[in-house]
Amino acid sequence: MFKNFFSTRWGIIAVGAVIGILAPILQKLGNPGNMGICVACFERDIAGAVGLHRAAVVQYMRPEIMGFVIGSLIAAYLFKEFRPRGGSAPIVRFVLGIFAMIGALVFLGCPWRAMLRLAGGDLNAVFGILGLIGGIWIGTLFFKSGYNLGRSQATYTSAGWILPIIMIGFSALLFIFPMIKDQAQNGVLFYSVKGPGAMHAPVLIALVVGIGIGFIAQRSRFCTMGAFRDLILFRQMHLLSGVIVLTAAALVTNLILGQFKPGFEGQPVAHTQMIWNFAGMLVAGLAFALAGGCPGRQLFMAGEGDGDAAIFVMGMIVGAAFAHNFGLASSPNGVGPHGIAAVIIGLLVCLFIGFTMRKK
Amino acid sequence: MTEIVDARGLSCPQPVLMLINALKKTDEGEIEVLVDTEASKENVSRAAEGKGWKVKNIQQDNLEYRIFLVKN
Repeated sequence: MFKNFFSTRWGIIAVGAVIGILAPILQKLGNPGNMGICVACFERDIAGAVGLHRAAVVQYMRPEIMGFVIGSLIAAYLFKEFRPRGGSAPIVRFVLGIFAMIGALVFLGCPWRAMLRLAGGDLNAVFGILGLIGGIWIGTLFFKSGYNLGRSQATYTSAGWILPIIMIGFSALLFIFPMIKDQAQNGVLFYSVKGPGAMHAPVLIALVVGIGIGFIAQRSRFCTMGAFRDLILFRQMHLLSGVIVLTAAALVTNLILGQFKPGFEGQPVAHTQMIWNFAGMLVAGLAFALAGGCPGRQLFMAGEGDGDAAIFVMGMIVGAAFAHNFGLASSPNGVGPHGIAAVIIGLLVCLFIGFTMRKK
Repeated sequence: MTEIVDARGLSCPQPVLMLINALKKTDEGEIEVLVDTEASKENVSRAAEGKGWKVKNIQQDNLEYRIFLVKN
């Protein structure tokens, strides 16, 4: 029987190393600081590109996200792992996606970016990572007490294609209405003229890197939430070894590229409010745990035909719109005017889901 | 008697949790785990081997996997 190399210890380490090297290179090629790859930030930029929110500095149709889904789809088909499925509490997953995004945008990053920020010397990330682990730990307590969103059902192949088709459509829009220098809009797409949304690697490179990462991440089941969850729940280091190697590889790459700048103050797209860095990621980590995957993993599962993961992704994109329209997202100046209220509500919603959706 | 754990349609970490709960009740013998994704198959096999069980055989039946675990 053919053994999947990527599912071995060396496989997950190799995938962590590849992502850890490619992310800082994408930053070198134009992506924002310590944001070579950030699933939450990039989905937020996509929400802005299609006008779901109108925060002028974070609007761009990020090709990496499309690449992740398409790469995973290709891998799933090539290795006969495409499994169209869905129907495991979709509305719950949608809401978890919304609050996962809101929490991540209070911190300013998904777990991938938390690691990349640390690897770039941003010590504020430490509090985000601690919050992430705390949130996942709460999630494991729910798992131990029977929390479960129920079984998914097999469904039509075309149902599994819905999110990949959306992503292919988004990519098409990017080519039909490309960014024009100093122009805030082209056709239906909004573009940032300044700020992080205006910073990006060349489109084709970003897309190809995204597809490559999507492919190997699908094979390896790379997941930053699962990394800590499996350690806490099962004392298993498998997924965590990938995350550790990602961070180490990104650190080395940043040192080589001159992108390592240690400290708390003046870090790119970051703020220094420790408590809210912690609490934002606490909510996000709990939401990821309850939904069964970090934002990246949800994209890869969606590429394999998992409609429940696709719903979570849509929840995150809608959550980004709420986050910016309601002033919940942080900025380099600190938390947004309603960010603290959003964290508290997000925590209460996640606890409600965790406590009430347990099977005896 | 072989104990059967049906984890079909369940996502991470449920299949492994169910396996571990089953292992608590059984010190040795045979356990059969049903899953329907490749990732769950790998996770269950990895967890079982970590607990000293052997993966005797994996049958693929359409879109499902039957994992036969033994410990003597």
